[in-house]
Amino acid sequence: MAFTALDESINRQTYGALGQLLSRQTFWVFCAAVLAFLYLSYASSAFFTGQNLFNIARNCAFVGVIGLGMTAVVATGGIDLSVGSVLALAGMVCGMMMSWNYPIWLAIPGALVAALACGLANGFFIAFVRMPPFVVTLGMMSVARSLAMVLSGNQMVYQFGVDHSKLVAIGGGSTGGWFRAFAEFVGPDTSLGAVSFTLADYVNIPNPAVFLAFFALVFGFAFRWLRWGRYIFAIGGNEHAARLTGVPVSRVKISVYMASALMAGLAGILQVGWLGTITTGMGAGIELYAIAAVVVGGANLAGGSGTAFGAVVGAVLFEMIRNSLTLLGINPFWQGTFIGSFIITAVLFDRLRVLKQAE
Amino acid sequence: MPILELANISKHFGAIHALDDVSMTLEAGQVVGLMGDNGAGKSTLVKIIAGNYRPTSGSIRMNGKEIVLHKPIEARQHGIEIVHQDLALCDNLTAAANVFLGREILKPVGPLRVIDYTAMYRRAGEIFKELKSETRPRDLVKQMSGGQRQAVAIARTRLSEPKIVLMDEPTAAISVRQVAEVLSLIRHLRDQGIAVILISHRMPDVFAVSDRIVVLRRGQKVADKPIAESSPQEVTGLITGALESA
Repeated sequence: MAFTALDESINRQTYGALGQLLSRQTFWVFCAAVLAFLYLSYASSAFFTGQNLFNIARNCAFVGVIGLGMTAVVATGGIDLSVGSVLALAGMVCGMMMSWNYPIWLAIPGALVAALACGLANGFFIAFVRMPPFVVTLGMMSVARSLAMVLSGNQMVYQFGVDHSKLVAIGGGSTGGWFRAFAEFVGPDTSLGAVSFTLADYVNIPNPAVFLAFFALVFGFAFRWLRWGRYIFAIGGNEHAARLTGVPVSRVKISVYMASALMAGLAGILQVGWLGTITTGMGAGIELYAIAAVVVGGANLAGGSGTAFGAVVGAVLFEMIRNSLTLLGINPFWQGTFIGSFIITAVLFDRLRVLKQAE
Repeated sequence: MPILELANISKHFGAIHALDDVSMTLEAGQVVGLMGDNGAGKSTLVKIIAGNYRPTSGSIRMNGKEIVLHKPIEARQHGIEIVHQDLALCDNLTAAANVFLGREILKPVGPLRVIDYTAMYRRAGEIFKELKSETRPRDLVKQMSGGQRQAVAIARTRLSEPKIVLMDEPTAAISVRQVAEVLSLIRHLRDQGIAVILISHRMPDVFAVSDRIVVLRRGQKVADKPIAESSPQEVTGLITGALESA
């Protein structure tokens, strides 16, 4: 009897599951994305086509992958403005190493190490020197892009040495291509090969989107199930309390900036593979889209909240809007106005919620 | 034997004598009200017991054995737990997450060690029940009343088997009904044989739960007597200096 009473109190929540769902911004943004999807499919004949959906999936993946790392940073109450430049630096390191005929299995780790070094530098100044994240990452934004330019020697690179085709396959390929290659490998006449050929026609997801899905699961898992995730949200909620209760605040802070830089570096490698070329302007302004996706997806810039799913939904929603503006024949110069208004609206909703709670 | 003995503790910050030759003892299952005006040395004394400061001179003994505390974690290892004045809670996390913050229960899953939500909700639920608090483990702290928040902060001290609990102004800035809740939590700790030091400005609260009262003024102990032999008037006089000592 006593035990059932205890179980009941352990399992009970003052605010029910449905109430919690309805109070989540991520849920409403998800609904908005679904509605936008349905509306656009109806309003534009070009929207719901295989090729267009394929493009949307690929384009949103870069912002989404960066958004996952950004979610970790924003959850601690920080911000990372350097992701666009780190993307360019990692892409440049990868591309330059490959153009010097290094194999891809050296170039990719090299690029990721360069990205991690940027993240480590960001984290060090923020966690140990206690400088504001805004200033430190703003500085890194300039430093990383400048390093990318120095490295390129200001030349266009579009030949990636011995492993050129592999890099292009990773960034520009899709699951359809993998299924087809698999079918060739097992023999097109075998039943397995036939199934694989059929799959290739129906399940054709661009590689960057596959990476996004994979890392969304990784981050989603880490946020909920690892002590690291718990500490990130604790620091964002009350850094002083986290310190007092024995959370290794400085180490966790460094790790989130490294995670963010790693995701930016990965996006850089994928983008070089997709474009088949590198320019020093790569990734410029993508920090705005990533932060916007994270905030619209339900994270609070003050820290303490955010989900991997939210970052993905935010990235998808933005890309759909961008894509549809083009399809509907609206001048692309308007895109910035839409994106900017969305960010302000998202923060406004958050503000209203805080005011309502304060009452 | 007293569980905690402070002998001739002094703490000097340069020329300032924050504590001057203070001695006091603490018995298991006893609540000591520590009172004094701002700057009387209460916080300094608490920080010495909590391991934040080391005394300039004097010694601390637990169960008759001398101990030296360099860091808060060492005090915790000796069974001294602190409920901080601002409670040190993360509003965005659940009650259970706050109780276990920094001491999460983990379970192995493959090569990883993941948070064991079931065990944490269960243990937190048990502690809240022990404390006779209405707090629910799954609720977010930001949705809680002041009394419930206190219960979460106090529940942290129950994770280990503490011998001494220091409570820094636990009844400041909460409603009357919630004060009653907190006071009953303190009585509950006492009934479990835990020694409690209650630092407070609020005379009625100290008189409601304390067995003994210690008054500090300008870094010196001016009174240390059973609550029954004192009165709020006397203590007020001692705090302000109208009464020299008692």
